[in-house]
Amino acid sequence: MSKKIQFKKIQVQEAVFDIGEEITWLRASSHQVGGIATFLGVVRDINQEDTVSGLYLEHYPGMTESQIEKIIDEAGERWEVITVTVIHRIGELLPNDEIVFVGVGSTHRGDAFSACEFIMDFLKTDATFWKKEQTSDGSRWLTTRHSDVKAVERWQESKKD
Amino acid sequence: MIKVVLFASLREDLGVGEVEVAATGVCSVADLIEGLSQRFGEVWRETLVSENVLVAINQNMVKNEISVSDGDEVAFFPPVTGG
Repeated sequence: MSKKIQFKKIQVQEAVFDIGEEITWLRASSHQVGGIATFLGVVRDINQEDTVSGLYLEHYPGMTESQIEKIIDEAGERWEVITVTVIHRIGELLPNDEIVFVGVGSTHRGDAFSACEFIMDFLKTDATFWKKEQTSDGSRWLTTRHSDVKAVERWQESKKD
Repeated sequence: MIKVVLFASLREDLGVGEVEVAATGVCSVADLIEGLSQRFGEVWRETLVSENVLVAINQNMVKNEISVSDGDEVAFFPPVTGG
């Protein structure tokens, strides 16, 4: 069965974004859409028991966008996906700022929920972004979290079925 | 020429984000690291030879054994932490 994602929007930007506008775009992109699942990632003010006053995010221009597209296409191979938006912010961010938005429109909710979670999990491990956080002790580059690696292994195992 | 790009902690540790080196005698990522450390100092080898350093050639992830050619863009970076 050939599955083709009709609309893909990938944006890496410093600017803030409006999730209302993004959901409106997903909804308007196709009348085949029966459900939209979204995830919004927000800067926490605490990490590893330290107070975080801000984040700095950098990325690998070009590679980041192509990695995100590969992740979206993989989701499209697994589920019925009609329309997808991924927005990731870079630069200086403050607690409570939005970092990342993933929105997936599908015919039915099950595919939308699964594809949204899949894309978000792989963004954590495959997209070329790096976070540096500012705490009262100075700044530090974050390292990979074991739980993020576990999250994608779960999808890799389910692929074998 | 080979374009070498560095990100995040590697860029900070080595004090540069981008450097161009001659492709002569460079056939692999290992050769490239050898040349970089001879030219810019041993700290390059110490920083780049690590299982925590990922390598991309022309913006595709690769393993160290893969060949490097004139005109390639070779990126070194730590494991990613976006999302």
